[in-house]
This record gives sequence, structure tokens and C-alpha cells, in this order.
Amino acid sequence: MEQEEKRKTKAQKAALPEETPKAGLFELFLTFVRIGAATFGGGVAMLPVIEHEVTEKKHWASEDELTDYYAISQCTPGAIAVNTATFVGSKMRGVIGGIVATLGVIFPSMVIICVIAAFLKNFASIPAVGHAFAGIRACVTVLIFQSVLKIGKGDLVDLFSWILFLIVMALSIFTSISTPLLVILAGVTGYVMMLLRRKRDRKGAR
Amino acid sequence: METMLLYARLFYEFCKTGLFAVGGGLATLPFLSEMGQATGWFTTKDLADMVAVSESTPGPLGVNMATYVGYTVAGVPGSIAATLGLVFPSVVIVLIVAGILHAFKDSPVVQGIFKGLRPASLALITAAGLSVARIALLNTDAFAATGKILDLFNWKCILLAVILWFCYRKWKLHPIVYIAISAVIGVVFQL
Repeated sequence: MEQEEKRKTKAQKAALPEETPKAGLFELFLTFVRIGAATFGGGVAMLPVIEHEVTEKKHWASEDELTDYYAISQCTPGAIAVNTATFVGSKMRGVIGGIVATLGVIFPSMVIICVIAAFLKNFASIPAVGHAFAGIRACVTVLIFQSVLKIGKGDLVDLFSWILFLIVMALSIFTSISTPLLVILAGVTGYVMMLLRRKRDRKGAR
Repeated sequence: METMLLYARLFYEFCKTGLFAVGGGLATLPFLSEMGQATGWFTTKDLADMVAVSESTPGPLGVNMATYVGYTVAGVPGSIAATLGLVFPSVVIVLIVAGILHAFKDSPVVQGIFKGLRPASLALITAAGLSVARIALLNTDAFAATGKILDLFNWKCILLAVILWFCYRKWKLHPIVYIAISAVIGVVFQL
């Protein structure tokens, strides 16, 4: 019974190669190795790279899904890049995919840091490293805002989303309210708005 | 036997850090400094050096720190034990959350919640981007020292950013290409 069902889903999957692009585990690993190696300067810096690799090149996840993962990653423990990798991996190949993608994203860090710890203890005080990073930071700034513009076109579609966007940005910059709390409040706001909209629609129908 | 115990201890200590450091990156710092004091594995000065290296290499800060501490304490196997320990709790939690999301993704409640989450998430990305821009394009230290408004702007980096902006819009190359070019420009022009 169970086996038959398994065979059935296998047949279904084989019949629909176009709709759900399948990722091989090794491909998943390699993609996230590239993403890990190109992430300079924390969580958001990864966004342009992951968008390029995962959304544009492989079509593994939509921009909306990436923003969702990003929001949830703010409330769960661990690095945002790592959490996003786990999300995308598990979407593609379940639990094992999540683990493989995570191992991929941390792999470059581990290799590079071990090499530096072994041979280049004064790495951070080499002047060339500082100059290179000044250039990289300027570049990462540009990449982040290009991503923001792109996601904004898809997400900021009505007055509600614009207002929420501006309020959360102001709170995040000018107050010390913790980020997880902001995310939770935004989620609750979205939920309440949905209830209100439903109520209004029901009234309109009557 | 003793080395195995050391690996297990590294895994366990970083598991704790990974579980409680919400938001990643610098959130791991207080836990690490406590760990250094409790175990004697590294001093506060070592920690500062490790932060400097972790910030100057690719990869998430927390992951880099775990690898560095693990390597210092017990070589390559130690770095593996510490890093796997750090990501272990977050992987378990995210896999659970992903499973729940997958099961309920079509429910109106989840849809409603995401309707609020997306603009908020974009706002947080923008805010984080602004703080990156502040470090990348402004000289707040020089401005505080001299008080001249012209010293506030890091003109060379701003020029680079403007050029990159137009290049990126025109040629959609892989982001790493632009990052590599920028690193070279940074070294050549002493940014």
C-alpha cells in the first residue's frame, strides 16, 4: 500500500519535471558553497547573491519566499544566511536537503578561517585587506539596494504595505525595539488586517 | 579519549551559543566572551582578534567565530565540532518551522501573516542596508574629529558605488564578479 503510493508520487514527479525544478543534492551543496563564499559582511549581504543563484538562475524559490525566509530567520536562533540555506534546501529536498544546503553555506567559512588561523594570524592587520574591504563594502551596499528595489517592486503594492514598510523601518532605525519583536508585531498586523478585510468583504456581500 | 571529550565539549558549548544567539552575527559575542572566561580557551584580546578576522573574511560572523575558536582549541576537528555545534540548533528549528509552513502555506491565516511580514522584512533589509552604507560610504570618525562636513563623506567609495550602481543595472553579471572587481579597485586605489 505504502509502496504503491511511493511509486505513484515517483511517477508524478517524473511526469512534472518542468513545474518543480529538481535539485540534486550535490548541486544544492555546490550552489550554497558559492553563496557562502560570496557573503561578505553578514546576513543582508547574502541576499543579492542568494537571489541571483536561487531565484534567477535556478528558480528554486521566488523572491516572496526569500523575503519570508528572511523574516522568519530574524526570529529563529542562528545566522540569517545559515537559516535561509536550511529553508531553501528543505524546500527542495526535505530534511536531507536542508542539512546539505547548510553544510554547503558554512563550508567556505570553515576552510578559509582554518587556513588563516593556521598561517595568517595577522590577516586582519594587513593594509591590503583593509583596502580590499573598503571596496567590497561599497559594492555590497550597491548590491543590497538593488535587491531592495527589486523586492520592493513586488512587495510594496498597496497603501497598507507601504505604511507598514515605513513604520517598521523607522522603528528599526530610531528605536531599540528588538528585531524579532518587530517581525512578530508585523505578522500580527498582517493577520488582523486580513480579518478586517474579510469582515468588510462579508458586509459588502450582504 | 580526552580529545574526543574536548570535541564533544566544543560541540556542546557552541550548541548553547547557537541556540540562544537570535539574529546571528554580533549576537554571539556576549556568549563567546562568557565561554572564554568559563573555559579559559581564549582571552578577551584573542576574541577581539578573532572578530577582526571573521569580519574580514566571507561567511556569517558567528560561523567564522565558531570555526576560529574551534581551530584554536583543537585544530581542524575542533573547528568542525564547534561549527556543527553552532548550526545544529538552528537547523533543527528551521526544519521544524519549514515543515509547519509547508503544511499550512495555503491557509488564510498564514497568508495574512505573510502579508504583514513581507513589507516588514523588506524594511529590516533596508535598515540593515543603510547601516552597511553608513560604514561603507561615510567617515563618521573623521567627521567627529574635524567637524568638517566634507570629511564626513568617503568620496572615493561613493564614486565607486555610483559607478557600480550603473554597471550593475547595465550588465547583470554574478554579484561575486562585482565584489571581486571592487576588492581589486580597493587595493589599487587604496580606498
